[in-house]
Amino acid sequence: MMNSEASIIVTAPGEEREHPDTVDIQAFGFWIYLMSDLILFATLFATFGVLGRNYAGGPTGKDLFDLSYTLGETLFLLFSSAIYGLAMVAVIRGRKNWVLLGLAIAFLLGAGFVAMEVHEFYGLVAAGHGPEVSAFLSSFFTLVGTHGTHVTFGLLWMAVMMVQVALKGLTSPVQSRLLRLSMFWHFLDIVWIAIFSIVYLTGVLHV
Amino acid sequence: MLANVFGRLTLSAIPYHNLITITAVGGAVLLALVIAGLITYYRLWSYLYKEWLTSLDHKKIGIMYIILALIMLLRGFADAMLMRGQQSLASGGSAGYLTPEHFNQIFSAHGSIMIIFMAMPFLVGLMNVAVPQQIGARDVAYPFLNSVSLWLTTAGALLVMVSLGFGEFSRAGWSGYTPLTELEYSPGTGVDYWIWAFQIAGIGSTLTGINFLVTILKMRAPGMKLMRMPLFSWATLFTNVLMVWAFPVLTAALALLTLDRYLGMHFFTNGHGGNMMMYVNLFWTWGHPEVYIVILPAFGIFSEVAATFSGKRLFGYKSMVFAIGVITLLSFSVWVHHFFTMGASPNVNIFFGITTMMIAIPTGVKTFNWLFTMYRGRVRFGLPMYWTIAFIVTFALGGSAGVMLSIPPADYVLHNSLFLIAHFHNVLIPGSLFGFFAGYYYWFPKAFGFRLKESWGIAAFWCWLIGFYLAFIPLYVLGFMGMPRRLVTYPNPEWHPWLLIAAGGAVVIALGILFQGIQLFISIKERRALSDPTGDPWDGRTLEWQTSSPPPPYNFPNIPVVRDVDAFMDMKERGVAYQRPAEYHDIEMPKNAPHGLIIGGLAFVFGFAMIWYLFWLAILAALGIIFTVIARSFADDLHYIIPAAEVERIENARYRQLAAAADKLQRDRQAVLQLVPER
Repeated sequence: MMNSEASIIVTAPGEEREHPDTVDIQAFGFWIYLMSDLILFATLFATFGVLGRNYAGGPTGKDLFDLSYTLGETLFLLFSSAIYGLAMVAVIRGRKNWVLLGLAIAFLLGAGFVAMEVHEFYGLVAAGHGPEVSAFLSSFFTLVGTHGTHVTFGLLWMAVMMVQVALKGLTSPVQSRLLRLSMFWHFLDIVWIAIFSIVYLTGVLHV
Repeated sequence: MLANVFGRLTLSAIPYHNLITITAVGGAVLLALVIAGLITYYRLWSYLYKEWLTSLDHKKIGIMYIILALIMLLRGFADAMLMRGQQSLASGGSAGYLTPEHFNQIFSAHGSIMIIFMAMPFLVGLMNVAVPQQIGARDVAYPFLNSVSLWLTTAGALLVMVSLGFGEFSRAGWSGYTPLTELEYSPGTGVDYWIWAFQIAGIGSTLTGINFLVTILKMRAPGMKLMRMPLFSWATLFTNVLMVWAFPVLTAALALLTLDRYLGMHFFTNGHGGNMMMYVNLFWTWGHPEVYIVILPAFGIFSEVAATFSGKRLFGYKSMVFAIGVITLLSFSVWVHHFFTMGASPNVNIFFGITTMMIAIPTGVKTFNWLFTMYRGRVRFGLPMYWTIAFIVTFALGGSAGVMLSIPPADYVLHNSLFLIAHFHNVLIPGSLFGFFAGYYYWFPKAFGFRLKESWGIAAFWCWLIGFYLAFIPLYVLGFMGMPRRLVTYPNPEWHPWLLIAAGGAVVIALGILFQGIQLFISIKERRALSDPTGDPWDGRTLEWQTSSPPPPYNFPNIPVVRDVDAFMDMKERGVAYQRPAEYHDIEMPKNAPHGLIIGGLAFVFGFAMIWYLFWLAILAALGIIFTVIARSFADDLHYIIPAAEVERIENARYRQLAAAADKLQRDRQAVLQLVPER
C-alpha cells in the first residue's frame, strides 16, 4: 500500500529527481508521524471520554450541538479530500494546471470547514458557553479545536504547495510533498469522523 | 501599555536577594563569557558555526547532544549536592541554608534535568554516534530533522537554566502533579518554565523517535536482516518505538495543563468537573515508558560491551531481542503502580502490581544472558567493562526493591518515602547512567580518534560506585524508618546520621565527577599517545569498528554486506575486514543547514515569551518558526557530492595509517600490510 503510493512519483525524462528510496523513506516516516499524531488525538479522546459528561451545572451536548450544522462541516471536509484525491490523479498524469485547480478547490472547501468551525466556536463563546465553563466544554473545545488547528496548518501547507507547483512544476520533491500532504489530509478526515461520532452524535443522543 | 509589552516580566524577577541563586547565575554567566571569550580569541566562531552548530552530520550532532548532557549532569548534580547539604544540616530544629521555596525548586529542577536534559540527550547522543554506523548507513533518514531535534532539546535545557536568573523554577516536583501545578496554587512563573521546557524538548524527542525508527527500519546495509542487528541497534529501535508512542501523551497532558493555566479551562482543577487524577494517569502513561526509554539503550550498550570485552558472541541473542520487546510492550501496562495510593479498587491495583512484577522476568533473562556471555569468556577489564559489571550487581539490588514496591500493600507503606527515592536512583543510576558512561568510554575513541586514559577512569569509577552505595543505601534505611521524601527540615534526630552518610556519598561521587573531568583534560593533552589509528581499539564485533576513528563524513566508502550478527568479527575471521573495494564512487551527503539552529532559537524565544506573558513576542516567534520551515521546504538542492577521487584519497590515507599501526591490530595483520596503496 505504502510502497505503491510512494511509487506513483513520476518525472519527465531528463528532469532532476530524488533518489526513489528518498521518496519511499519520506512517505514511511510520515506514516510514523501520523501514528504519533494519532496518539495525541487518542489522548484527547480519552480525556473527553473521562471528562465529557462533567457538565458542572453548565449546558450539555444536547443543549449545544446542531447535527445538521455539523453535517455541513463534514461535507466540506470530506469533499475537500475527494477533490484532493482528484488532484493527485492529475499529478500522476502530469497535468500541472489541473493539479493547481484541484488544490485550489480543496483549499476553499477546507477553508469553508474552518470558517464553519470558527463560527460555531464563536457562537458558543458569545452565548456564554466557553471552554472555562465546565470540564465537558474544556475537553470539547480542545479536542475539536486541535483538529481544527491541524486543518488550518494543512491549509497553510496546501497554499505553500500551490506556490511550489506554480513555481517549480511537478518536480519529484514537490510530488513527494504533495503525497505526504495527501496522507495528512485524509488522516484528518478519519479523525473528524471519530469526532463526529463520539463527540457530536453521542453528545446529542445522551441526555 | 508598558505592562502589556513586558507581560509580567519586571526587574523584581531577578533573584538578587538570594545569595545561592545569584552565585549560581553569576557562575553560569561568567563561565559562558569565558567560553565565548576563548572562542573569540581563537577566532573559532566561524568554524563553530559552519562545522558544528549547523552540521547535519549524525556524528557531530551526537557529540553535541552528549556535551549538552554532560553540562546538564553537572547542573543536576549541583542540585543534588545542595539537597544533601541541606538535609545534613537541617536537623534538630536547625533551618539549614535553604528556604522551603528554594528547596522545592531544587528538587523539582534536579528531577526534571536529570531525566529530560541529562539522560535523554545522553542516550540520543550515543544513538547518533553509533547506530548509523552499526547498521552500515551513511547518515540517519532525516539529517535535517536530527538537527531540529537537537536544537529543540537545547532550547528546553536553556529555559531551565534561564529560570535561575529570571523568576523561579517549579516547586511542584519533576512530575508536576495537579492541582498543585494549577494557577490557583502555583501562580508564579516556575510551573510555566517547567511546562515549556518539557514541551519543547519533548517535541524534539518525538521527532528523534520518528527519525531513528525510519533509519533503522529502512537504511540497514544489505544482508543485515532485523535478526542480524547489533543489540544496541535493537535497543534503539524499541526505545524509539516508545518515544513515538509515549511522548505524544506527554505533549497532550502538558498542553491540557497549559490550557488550564492560560485560558482558565477545567481539565485538572478541583471544581467545574475537572479531574486531577486524570493528569496523574496521563503523566505516567508517558512517564513509565519514559523510564524504559532511558534504560533500554543502556541495556543495549551493556550487551555490546559484554560481548566485545568477553571476546565472545552475545549469549542468547534472540532471547535478548524478545526480552527488550516484551519490556517495551509491558511498559505501557504498569503506569498505575506510581500511584497505588490513588485508591483504585484492589483488583485494579492487583492487575498493575502483577504486570509490574512481570517486567522482572524479561529483565532477569537479560541479566543472566550478560552473565553467561562472560562465563568462560576471555574477559578484558577495559573501562566500559567496569561499568557493566557494576551495573549488573547494583541493578539487581535496585530491581529487587522495585519488586517489593510492586506489591500494593507494601507500596501503601513505602509510598512517598525515601525507600522509593533509593529504589529509583538504584535502578536509574546503574541502569542508565552507568550504561551511558560505558558507552561514553566505549565509543569515545570512535568519535574522536583517541582513547580516554584508563588510570583516572578507574579512579573515577570507584568513586562513583562507592559514592553511589554510600549515598543511596542509607535512603533505604531511612525509608524503613518512615522518612518522607522532599523534606526541607525534619523533626526526627535519629535520621540525621544516615543523612550524613548519604551526604558523604554525594561528596565521593563529586570526586568521581572531578576525576572524569581530569581524565578528559589529560586525555586530550596526551591524545597522541592514546590515539586509535586502527579504528578498532577493542577488537570490536560490529560494523562501527570497521570505519576509521573518527570516521570520514560518509562513514563507509562502500556499503558493507552483512553475513552475521557480529558482522565485523565475521569479516575479520574471513580475512575480508579491510578489503579494498574494486573502485570508489561519488558519494552524496546532506549539506549543512542553519534552519535547525534558527528553529531551536525561536522555540526558546517562544517558550520564554509564553512564560512571561509576552504574547506579542510569542506570536512573532511562532510565525518565525513557520516561516523558517516553509523557507526550508523551498530548498531542493540539499546535497553535496564527495567525488570518487576525494573518497579514494581519504581511503588511501586510511590504509597507510592502518598499515603503520598493523601491530596494534588483533587480526588481519598480513592482509592489511598487503593492502597499502602505492604512494
